[in-house]
Amino acid sequence: MSEPHPRRAAVTGIGVVAPNGTTTETFWKSTKEGISVLDRVTREGCEHLPLRIAGQVREFDPSAAVEERFLVQTDRFTHFAMTAADLALDDARLPRSDTDGAPFSVGVVTAAGSGGGEFGQRELQQLWGKGSRFVGPYQSIAWFYAASTGQISIRRGFKGPCGVVAADEAGGLDALAHAARAVRRGTDVIVTGSTEAPLAPYSVVCQLGYGELSTVADPVRAYRPFTSAACGFVPAEGGAMLVVEDEDAALERGARVRAFLAGHAATFTGASRWEESRHGLAQAVRGALDEAGLAPEEIDVVFADALGVPEADRAEALAIADVLGAHGRRVPVTAPKTGIGRGYCAAPVLDAAAAVLAMEQGIVPPTPNVFDICHDLDLVTGRARAAELRTALVLSRGLMGSNSALVLRRGTAGAAQ
Amino acid sequence: MTRRVAVTGIGIVAPGGIGVPAFWDLLSHGRTATRGITFFDPSGLRSRIAAECDFDPGAHGLDAEEIERCDRYIQFALVAGDEAVRDSGLDLARENPWRVGVSLGTAVGGTTRLEHDYVLVSHGGRRWDVDHQEAEPHLHRAFSPSTLASTVAERFGARGPVQTVSTGCTSGLDSIGYAFHTIEENRADVCIVGASDSPISPITMACFDAIKATSPNNDDPAHASRPFDADRDGFVMGEGGAVLVLEELEHARARGARVYCEIGGYATFGNAYHMTGLTKEGLEMARAIESALDHARLDGTAIDYVNAHGSGTQQNDRHETAAVKRALGRHAYDTPMSSIKSMVGHSLGAIGSIEVVACVLALAHQVVPPTANYETPDPECDLDYVPRVARERRLNSVLSVGSGFGGFQSAVVLTRPREKTP
Repeated sequence: MSEPHPRRAAVTGIGVVAPNGTTTETFWKSTKEGISVLDRVTREGCEHLPLRIAGQVREFDPSAAVEERFLVQTDRFTHFAMTAADLALDDARLPRSDTDGAPFSVGVVTAAGSGGGEFGQRELQQLWGKGSRFVGPYQSIAWFYAASTGQISIRRGFKGPCGVVAADEAGGLDALAHAARAVRRGTDVIVTGSTEAPLAPYSVVCQLGYGELSTVADPVRAYRPFTSAACGFVPAEGGAMLVVEDEDAALERGARVRAFLAGHAATFTGASRWEESRHGLAQAVRGALDEAGLAPEEIDVVFADALGVPEADRAEALAIADVLGAHGRRVPVTAPKTGIGRGYCAAPVLDAAAAVLAMEQGIVPPTPNVFDICHDLDLVTGRARAAELRTALVLSRGLMGSNSALVLRRGTAGAAQ
Repeated sequence: MTRRVAVTGIGIVAPGGIGVPAFWDLLSHGRTATRGITFFDPSGLRSRIAAECDFDPGAHGLDAEEIERCDRYIQFALVAGDEAVRDSGLDLARENPWRVGVSLGTAVGGTTRLEHDYVLVSHGGRRWDVDHQEAEPHLHRAFSPSTLASTVAERFGARGPVQTVSTGCTSGLDSIGYAFHTIEENRADVCIVGASDSPISPITMACFDAIKATSPNNDDPAHASRPFDADRDGFVMGEGGAVLVLEELEHARARGARVYCEIGGYATFGNAYHMTGLTKEGLEMARAIESALDHARLDGTAIDYVNAHGSGTQQNDRHETAAVKRALGRHAYDTPMSSIKSMVGHSLGAIGSIEVVACVLALAHQVVPPTANYETPDPECDLDYVPRVARERRLNSVLSVGSGFGGFQSAVVLTRPREKTP
């Protein structure tokens, strides 16, 4: 064994339920091939609404993975979360039999930006359409933001530190950082991430007030960040869960250390103040690099926030230049979310999952539907690009003004063949 | 060198009076602020009582635009935040804004406005395919839970880590715990922390009705919240907000600030048992208490007062009594333990921070607030619940605990500044 060292937060498992794939493998295949699955919103009751395009998870059968008694008391966002957590734990080869003996050593931390909207709308309809005694017993536990953390903890028997960041988009990275810190403080494993299901009709109506929402009806043109045709973002559902684990604990049980959550910082610059986000994002990147002990030029790939609003895109390009300097014009930048949409807190978690896979395989996935970049960035468009990736920087900004940066390092197991 | 975390300012909006003096007056006199619901017609509900705030945002410094734009629970946080920052004496304009964070909890966030607008767009609950043209302009702010922390951060110019925490009924302890870690681990020097909820609306009342968690004692609302009493029959819904200024201790000392107390330790665990049910043994809450004490480097016998979750449901009060006995051992029997929910009701995500403010005041005044309405002992709840009357007592270290839907169990330890302890 090596010398005693500070505890390090390793990623040992990934579980994805995304619009472009309901397993990690299918997600990564579609992501690296740059396939866009943005399409017409077809959820019941949404057809007439001005939001035309979204990233929907179309082939998802929660009953294949989750027991009926958990399904009836939860919303779609928690169905995604329980399924993704199972996938991540399977991927980490961490079966129930391994965790049952030490339940306090495993915690759950999720981020939630919209809660159980479909369940909530159904129960509101019961209350206002029929009367208060028609509200069911599960409304109190299905709609609230903590539902996914609580249900994963209960279903899998995890009694470790549990947390919920109820957040804008950047909160997805904050949840991962929260998990990494819990691991550094002494918990062996945290199952962490975010899944969202914001496409029930009333949830869509709530989002129409976001000035940044794209209402363009052409799936190819609806979400085109960093171009002169940028017209806002397209929302999405689904998300990812990761298993974050103390490196030594992982090695001891023979798990694969796929990546490290090496550095994170979060700042705030005000809702929709996109010009200001340049400074907030730059400050977050500096903080994350500092915590990771990396120099700016050691960043090998950037997963951009890519909001798709001209002033926000400009601010992000400038923030990258501010911190990375000349390296910022050479480092590959990508935004695979243009092919699946922006799933609120889940969006940067999917980026973090893609970053781990990208580092493992030495492949930068492309940015679908985007060409003719009008910023001084090396945005990877068209086809995936092969590159030696030892580190990755994931950026995220929220509509309510948060900025977060997460630095990942490649793990020690299973690097590119 | 470990960074220590001081409380230097407090502010509150609670039932029975707005502001710290009115709140402490209510608690120290053991008065209750529970009454029949006035915000809407509650007929048809099983529980038609609540602890409502008589709150006029205009009278507390919010302008018409803020009142229109901000949901009630955010208004609470702004008003409590103003009081806390004023109380701290901090000149935030002179702080490095990147080192000022915000961590605020809420369980149900903007549900009151979400429900209000839902009724409009669904034409009274008749349409699934809702009519977006009926929606009001600020609806998206109710939809996004981060609006709470974001609005408070904008008001005070915070540019550091800003987050909304939502772990159900432990939100108000966890928001303080997260910020405690943030300062301790050197990601901020100052954090504006706390929690807020305004859940007294038909949908939230109805969903707690559906699981019979709330008290049906509609004939005697003033005495309906009866934590630890043998005749308790559920919690009484409340609302409110509390904000505290947390500050790295040396930072506070350098500017000559008054230090109320320190946050000594915090921990949270899940019970992995049931979303709403609790075990009889209270193993996980006991573990949270022990872990928070470890963090504070205190032995259980150092605890002079336990501010209980004490919601007044049969199972909660049994569970909690068992947990405190398990964590503090024999010392539990010599330690006063009270529930202020007997007076201000249970404001879901907000109550944890309201209770921490009560602890800060208990330490400052060296007075333990009582459990109002406590009359008939329950053999399974056999600790000293400080019946009805506040009690003077030497207090150096106090503990606040909470339990939430999802199975969450949290504990916060507060201590008086150490050099003042004998």
